[in-house]
Amino acid sequence: MRLLVSELTHRYEDLTVLDGIDLTLAEGEILAVIGPSGCGKSTLLGIAGGIVAPTAGSVRVEGAVPDGCLNPITFIFQDFALLPWRTVEDNIALVLEHHRLSAAERRERTETGLRRMGLWDFRKALPKQLSGGMRQRVGIARALAVRPAMLLLDEPLSALDAQTRELLMDDFLGLWRREKTTALYVTHNLDEALRLADRVCVLSRRPGRIRELVTIEEPRERRQEPSAQAHLAEVRERLWHLMKAEAQMADREIARA
Amino acid sequence: MPDSLPASPSAMPPARPPAGGAAGRTVAAQPVRFRGGGFTVKRHGWAALAAFAALLAVWEGVSRLGLASPLFLPPPSAVGRALAGMVADGSLWLNLKASLARIAVGWVLGTLGGMLVGFAMGIFSTARAVGVPLVSAFFPIPKIALLPLFILWFGIGEPSKFATIGFGVFFPTVIATYSAIDSVPRNLIRMAQSFGLPWGAILRSIVLPGALPGILAGFRITASIALILVVAAEMIGAEYGIGAFVLMAGNLMQTDTLLAGVLVLSLMGLAIGTVLSLLERRLLNWR
Repeated sequence: MRLLVSELTHRYEDLTVLDGIDLTLAEGEILAVIGPSGCGKSTLLGIAGGIVAPTAGSVRVEGAVPDGCLNPITFIFQDFALLPWRTVEDNIALVLEHHRLSAAERRERTETGLRRMGLWDFRKALPKQLSGGMRQRVGIARALAVRPAMLLLDEPLSALDAQTRELLMDDFLGLWRREKTTALYVTHNLDEALRLADRVCVLSRRPGRIRELVTIEEPRERRQEPSAQAHLAEVRERLWHLMKAEAQMADREIARA
Repeated sequence: MPDSLPASPSAMPPARPPAGGAAGRTVAAQPVRFRGGGFTVKRHGWAALAAFAALLAVWEGVSRLGLASPLFLPPPSAVGRALAGMVADGSLWLNLKASLARIAVGWVLGTLGGMLVGFAMGIFSTARAVGVPLVSAFFPIPKIALLPLFILWFGIGEPSKFATIGFGVFFPTVIATYSAIDSVPRNLIRMAQSFGLPWGAILRSIVLPGALPGILAGFRITASIALILVVAAEMIGAEYGIGAFVLMAGNLMQTDTLLAGVLVLSLMGLAIGTVLSLLERRLLNWR
């Protein structure tokens, strides 16, 4: 599924958060969005996912949707957004309950998600009994249960420790190898962007405008290899240079205000 | 002790003088003193029982030693005998039954109405805009002051007492319910919307369970209000009921019977609290 963002502007009362964003996500592409705090990354994701109404401009989707897709554009949240009163399996089942599925299919989708994310033994546990990484796995299993065509990920690893982040990045890579889902991935972390994305969109300080779109030439599956490191270091340096300049200017503006 | 640490102070390396040449104090090897764990609260289950027993003993002693007239402060033993007498002659059940029925009907009416309005105010902006000023205006009125009006409207019988209790319970339930709905994390609702859950499913699966802790906390407050109002209403115009019974005992200077009635009220409050605790434990075991 392709995502087409055109002339997108968003204002919260007098505050312009996003200004004139034009962006296209190709089928199966992973686009990371980075930028200083408050530049409108999460707002962009919210608008793309239809949970924030834009002030101006449009967001359209087109293209193939997988068989059995129940929710073409699906979020994975930073804070996991699990219902604390439901068990792991009931949290996954929540997003299937309002669809006309047979009991067997509902069970099959829930079980597949549980097994794929290594949660089978924890299916009866409540979220409070799980670690942060396990909770995010529940969030991913819930997203997989609806067989999405596009994933919108809002800093999905930022609440986790470094070790868990590494493990979940491997999970994401495995997922994308299998499903080839288009993804818009908002992050603060350059390493996540370099590891997972095909392109990186750098937003300017508020109001967020596209400062630059950087393509990572190295194929995703080779990025851990030593031969890829020189290129990745170069891209990293460029991204950091852009980010740093924007963050410093944003800081100066806050200090002046 | 790990191998890397010195086994005894004597095995420690000699203290080095502070860097940068600044003159400092040398501390001889010594164990680190425990300085407290942050005012941790410890459980002393026996303390409440002991305090209760001590209070009863002092009260009994004061009466028996003649320090207070039994007419004004009868000893706990006399109160116990009066309570036993109430059980034996059936007056306890007769009065308790009347009070419990009034509380049940008034509380259920007030709670259902309050939850309905509270939900509307929690969910619909227009209902909130209309409801908040009205609730703010009516909530502070002492509800017992309206009993004479309710007697005029509904007569001296049961409906005026149901109305007083129901009205008293209604406003705190409205406030508890819409505040509880406000406290449901918005990220959960956004998650449900992003997965396309219909409005009814969001209400049933997220808003209602998410608001339940606040609503149950409200029940505790409204149960106490119902108990206060039933006693007050029964004191103004009732033949039976614990409130009427206590008032009658006071008029007859039967202070032991009066205190037995107060004891029954206290036990009623405890029983209601216990039922609500059980309900919370059952419904909110996820917390």
